[in-house]
Amino acid sequence: MNARLTAAARHRLFWPVLVLAILLLSNLIFTPGFFKVEVREGHLYGSLIDILRFGAPLILVALGMTLVIATGGIDLSVGSVVAICGALACLMISKEADQNAVSGVLIAVGLALGLALVLGLWNGFLVAGVGIQPIIATLILMVAGRGLAQLITDGQIITINSSPYERIGAGYLWTMPVSVLIALAVTAAAVVLTRRSALGMLLESVGGNAEASRLSGIRSRQITLTVYVFCGLCAGIAGLMVSSNVSGADGNNAGLFIELDAILAVVIGGTSLAGGRFSIGGTVLGALIIQALSTTIYTVGVPPEITLLVKALVVTAVCLIQSPAFRAKVFRRRSRPPTAPAVADEQPRVEVPV
Amino acid sequence: MAERPILEMTGISKEFPGVKALVDVDFRLFPGEVHGLMGENGAGKSTLIKVLTGVYDIDAGNVALAGEPVRFGSPLQAQHAGVSTVYQEVNLCANLSVAENIFIGREPRRYGMIRWSEMRKRSADLLARLQLDIDVSAMLGTYSLAVQQMVAIARAIDISSQVLILDEPTSSLDASEVEQLFRVIRQLKGEGLAILFVTHFLDQVFEISDRITVLRNGRLVGEYPTAELAQVDLVTKMIGKELAVLEQIEEQPKRSLAALESTRAVLAAQDVGRKGAVAPFSLTIHRGEVVGLAGLLGSGRTEVARLLFGADRADRGQIQVDGDPVAIRHPRAAINHDIAFCSENRRTEGLVEDLTVRENIVLALQAARGWSRPIPRRRQDELVEKYITALRITPPNPELLVRNLSGGNQQKVLLARWLITEPRLLILDEPTRGIDVGAKAEIQRLVVSLSDGGMAVLFISAELEEVLRLSHKIAVLRDRAMVADMANTDDVDADRIMQIIASGATS
Repeated sequence: MNARLTAAARHRLFWPVLVLAILLLSNLIFTPGFFKVEVREGHLYGSLIDILRFGAPLILVALGMTLVIATGGIDLSVGSVVAICGALACLMISKEADQNAVSGVLIAVGLALGLALVLGLWNGFLVAGVGIQPIIATLILMVAGRGLAQLITDGQIITINSSPYERIGAGYLWTMPVSVLIALAVTAAAVVLTRRSALGMLLESVGGNAEASRLSGIRSRQITLTVYVFCGLCAGIAGLMVSSNVSGADGNNAGLFIELDAILAVVIGGTSLAGGRFSIGGTVLGALIIQALSTTIYTVGVPPEITLLVKALVVTAVCLIQSPAFRAKVFRRRSRPPTAPAVADEQPRVEVPV
Repeated sequence: MAERPILEMTGISKEFPGVKALVDVDFRLFPGEVHGLMGENGAGKSTLIKVLTGVYDIDAGNVALAGEPVRFGSPLQAQHAGVSTVYQEVNLCANLSVAENIFIGREPRRYGMIRWSEMRKRSADLLARLQLDIDVSAMLGTYSLAVQQMVAIARAIDISSQVLILDEPTSSLDASEVEQLFRVIRQLKGEGLAILFVTHFLDQVFEISDRITVLRNGRLVGEYPTAELAQVDLVTKMIGKELAVLEQIEEQPKRSLAALESTRAVLAAQDVGRKGAVAPFSLTIHRGEVVGLAGLLGSGRTEVARLLFGADRADRGQIQVDGDPVAIRHPRAAINHDIAFCSENRRTEGLVEDLTVRENIVLALQAARGWSRPIPRRRQDELVEKYITALRITPPNPELLVRNLSGGNQQKVLLARWLITEPRLLILDEPTRGIDVGAKAEIQRLVVSLSDGGMAVLFISAELEEVLRLSHKIAVLRDRAMVADMANTDDVDADRIMQIIASGATS
């Protein structure tokens, strides 16, 4: 039993799962019916469903971010892409004579996602083609993209009244929120794309050792480009969700700071910012942790002026718990796990040629 | 030469985890001399310098400067005491002016303000002493590497003028720039400075130095007046093999070179070269042939391999594969022509340590297929299993992270990666360095059986025995140029190759 526990503790997703469980359980103290999920009018209702529903855009953005970070890069522009795509879709729909026409909504959605692909391609071109450092390359679109979004909305908040479009963010299908189903589908697609093809291994290789990958003949540019395009697309879908949920596009505030939450979700999920190994499951858990935290802060009734501070404190604690170095320091009294010699083995060997 | 050494190091020992970098080394430096410190990579030259200048602590031994015992805690302390170092890579700021670089951190000030005019004037005076007349307010980056090196020296001798350490100062300079640098060194020597000169270039050390200290495997071999040391003796002392011992290597019967070379060459390089890396060379490799590259470390062997594989781009010459001219601008192009390359730097250029043994082995094959056509898992397992068994990789667990394997097994993983791509030309750069004797013998046997099977192999090693035992043809490199290319006949022995390495003579 003890051995099984240690084995579980070594699993790479152990700590994210534990943190999420603690967060959810702590809600029970304040909200006794927190775990209650009921069917009302054929829809699932409950706090857990809400966490999934409001967490869906973050999950999407974090998915794309995971793959970008695995190559050793970063994408700061996702928040702007969220705003731009929401703005474009809403603008198109608002110009329609009949905003409830499914065909018009489909065209708007298609164009918005097409634009997201182009924006991702732009980032990928700057990083892989031109060779600009990812943080700078994507900073360009992060800043310029907000302007672009405001250009599309003409500085106003575009509101629409389109029931087909509303379904993306607020609708239900088979009792489940549509947004959750979309997030699920994209997650599954990402898993299939990376783990059923060789993309996952090759991008872990590029992120883990770029020079060795080049010498092995890996087309790292092509892979890097693909990953930024995927990241743009994910942000685009998230943008549709966000704008559909409020039936309007706000170029200024839609997706604001979502890139930071996404990066945080990736890191909490156990993917190193240095690149290399990535975990899609970990990222989904990380995004849920962040959303659960936000929900908890609201339900507990933390005064609005200190919510960000509380969030920061919890996030700091989560990151510390996740850090093996920190755990080793705090729990030093406990006997060392048998992995200790392997760590010593990782010291760079100094080779003396004979 | 003065009677008393300005610097005296006695019984210096330094140990890193698992490696004795220096063992009981003595070293003396007199005022007004240029002292060459020689040894192969890993012999302990850099460690000795770092111990002297306070970069590393000393485990045992004493350092005396002008008779006073000293122990420097940092390079800054060493500098203040009169010991300055100019490193191989110019470590100045290319985006600052020449004057700023010379006075950075110790600008002449008045009332807390920098006195720019004084700084410029003093810089110009200082450089005039080195017979260098340049605009000191121009950015350092606008000048050639040789001038930058000179500026670094000017800065060093202005800070302290007793001991000057030049660590590989000529490695990125061309012949005329080296001459310019040597003129400055001779002048400083005339002014009574003690100069420690580290280089890989044999000619240079004989040209400029008065005495030579040789290190090998962290131990002192000896200190010799340059005038009394022949080049071939120096090489012997650096490599540490008595010529007589080397001569007794048993030669395996080899297939005749003429028969091998009757077929069309798998790869033929014509005047391929790259400025700053290796002088233009020509080399042909045939099916089933093992071509050995001999030469000291740093003589340009790796550079040859990298040009043939497209890891670096050749700026001149032509490469033919099967008689057809091809452009090999990047590794992928080489791989498409069935060329494989095992780098000498397993960790930085070979393996992806975060990936498993299996993933590392299938990496090159998968890269050639592209990401959209994954190798089926069952096929992967078959291939990996086959090579784990064939190369005896231990532990035989394909799902282990490759970082947890020993050096020899990591080397085998890297070999397996390329063998499953079924290359026609396999380039092995130091495949046996840093691995144990058993693994070494296995890799040597593998090379023989691969070439028997028709694979062409370019075999690079610092160990002459190995090159002699395995190669049908041997090319010798010296000071970044190919100086000889000969059949490995019975009259070729280690003695002869060492002669070539030492003198550059091809006859």
